[in-house]
Amino acid sequence: MLNFTIRRLILAVPTLLFISLVIFLLLELAPGDPMAQVPLTVPPEVKEKMREALGLGQPMHIRFWKWIVQFFWIEPQVLVDSMFGTTFSEGDLRVISWQTRSPVMDIVVQRIPQTLWVVGTAYVVAILIAIPIGIYSAYRQYSWFDQMGTFVSMVGFSVPPFFSGVLVIVIFSVQLGWFPSIYDTTLVVNSWDSFVVQLKQMIMPVMVLALQITAQLSRFMRASMLDNLNQDYVRTARAKGLSEYTVVMVHVLRNSMIPVVTVIALGIPAIFGGAIITEQVFKVNGIGQLLIGAIQANDLPMVQTLTFIFAVLIVVFNLIADVLYGILDPRIRYD
Amino acid sequence: MTNKDRTDTLVPDEGLAPASTALPTADVLEELATPPRSQWRDVWDQFKTHKGAMLGAVLFIFIVVAVYLGPYLWTIDPTQIDIRSRNQGPNWGHPFGTDQLGRDIMARMMAGGQTSVSVGITAMLLALFLGSFVGVLAGFFRRLDGPLMRLTDLFLALPLLPLLLVMMLLFREPLSAAFGLERGIFILIVCAIGITSWMPTARIVRGDVLAIKEREFVLAARSIGTSNSKIITRHILPNVLSPIMVSATLGIATAIITESALSFLGLGFPPDFPTWGRLLFDGVDYLQQYPERVFWPGLAISLTVLSVNYLGDGLRDALDPRIRGR
Repeated sequence: MLNFTIRRLILAVPTLLFISLVIFLLLELAPGDPMAQVPLTVPPEVKEKMREALGLGQPMHIRFWKWIVQFFWIEPQVLVDSMFGTTFSEGDLRVISWQTRSPVMDIVVQRIPQTLWVVGTAYVVAILIAIPIGIYSAYRQYSWFDQMGTFVSMVGFSVPPFFSGVLVIVIFSVQLGWFPSIYDTTLVVNSWDSFVVQLKQMIMPVMVLALQITAQLSRFMRASMLDNLNQDYVRTARAKGLSEYTVVMVHVLRNSMIPVVTVIALGIPAIFGGAIITEQVFKVNGIGQLLIGAIQANDLPMVQTLTFIFAVLIVVFNLIADVLYGILDPRIRYD
Repeated sequence: MTNKDRTDTLVPDEGLAPASTALPTADVLEELATPPRSQWRDVWDQFKTHKGAMLGAVLFIFIVVAVYLGPYLWTIDPTQIDIRSRNQGPNWGHPFGTDQLGRDIMARMMAGGQTSVSVGITAMLLALFLGSFVGVLAGFFRRLDGPLMRLTDLFLALPLLPLLLVMMLLFREPLSAAFGLERGIFILIVCAIGITSWMPTARIVRGDVLAIKEREFVLAARSIGTSNSKIITRHILPNVLSPIMVSATLGIATAIITESALSFLGLGFPPDFPTWGRLLFDGVDYLQQYPERVFWPGLAISLTVLSVNYLGDGLRDALDPRIRGR
């Protein structure tokens, strides 16, 4: 198992390097000048100085190396410093945002909790809804419940979040006035009333995100249960005289959870990506909105860092899914 | 299937079999009289039994026809500004109402649908071409398998939506300068979606090619000296057509959603050039007064994607010989 994990870890390194190179080159080779916004009255030699101050003077490979060092060496040091009060990173240059002239990572750290709250809750809610639906639809295959489940998940696949989000805003906050349409991140939860307000403003974004995840997960859970329900060991278990509950909820469920658990792990980074749109609809100021803002303001270091964070999430969760699969299903380990 | 039956019944005529089977029985004769059924006929018969898929196909064809032929019947120019009749509700002159500049929303929906559907189909074709190309090469030539599949894995690990947004940001100006505003952005969006969505097709096609490559008919073709390119085009490609068709339908759905998402985030087509995503985005500003402006484009996107998804579902069942005839 350790061997397997180490092999996967080693494979992840070139993947990350390749992705960072793609992101870097994409931004590098693209036309567009960061000095385009500077007034024309600024003399060319001053512009050249400004360019150097932004770190644009050096050749491409050196800048790529510097960016890698900043991201993988200096930023973790900063993290350690802020956690333990040490001074490893003193005097080192960090990735600076062109919008705010402050370190990119500081802004990202401010934004991540909002995203995590909304996305995390949505994911948990979706899993809690999807798994029972999947189990029951598989157990009563082709029943009206199953047909309904198929239809609802088809709709969940097909209705994009920017429409379902707007639709729930129209219904629940414009027409009925139950929930606020804008997510207020300055709210401090310190009493029962503020908790209720927080709950109210979270319901709509969480439901919109959860609808999509539920649609995919419940279909997957159903397919996985169906694969297992016809296996010989199920017949054996029934023949032994085990109760139907034990057969389905213990024997079948445990085996069919193996692929589902890995799909859940694989889906987490995709949710962060998908949350970009939901954050935009409900005005949640998480990292998705930060990315959109940075793109519109042409803030390349911020865009680079955020895109790379998304890539790191994907690689890490792929790794986790692989290892989880290896732990849960011993057959996978010996390939 | 029919060919095999025929040879079985023809054998007795050569006089080698016992006399009792020399005369074909009545139902064999009947079967001989009916022309052999082609594979596509069987597929169609199976497809017809899937109600959702039929409904999806009809709906999709209806949407495509309405969007492309509709402007010939409904001749109001979608960009014509009539400020005096702005913000109208649905009426006989404007069945979907007018927007804040008095432009007819029904005409704009048709124009937007043309863009959305053609972006969807073109991007799907590009992704399909790339995916099948990579998949066939990786499956057929063992030496290319490793590198190409590693490349596919690397592409799968890219954060797609952020990268698409970055591509929109960076290449919008030069491409619209080179090809004109609308065509430049069309090319950009189609290429961006195509380049970022070929990986699932490549994986499926590779898996099928790996299995088909080992079959006897490929060996037979090789033994009579057929070149690799001929084997691929005549023997491999027709056999991997069904997974390619299924991923084509799903590809249209994802491409339409991606294009609308980009337009919704304000990074798609320019404001005066309607697409469904753009209309939805513009409608959000008037959400409180005129919620129907958000509703129509959103419904159009959702219905198109839903119909295409059902179509793909039915197609997958119909093309799978294990399910067919059950």
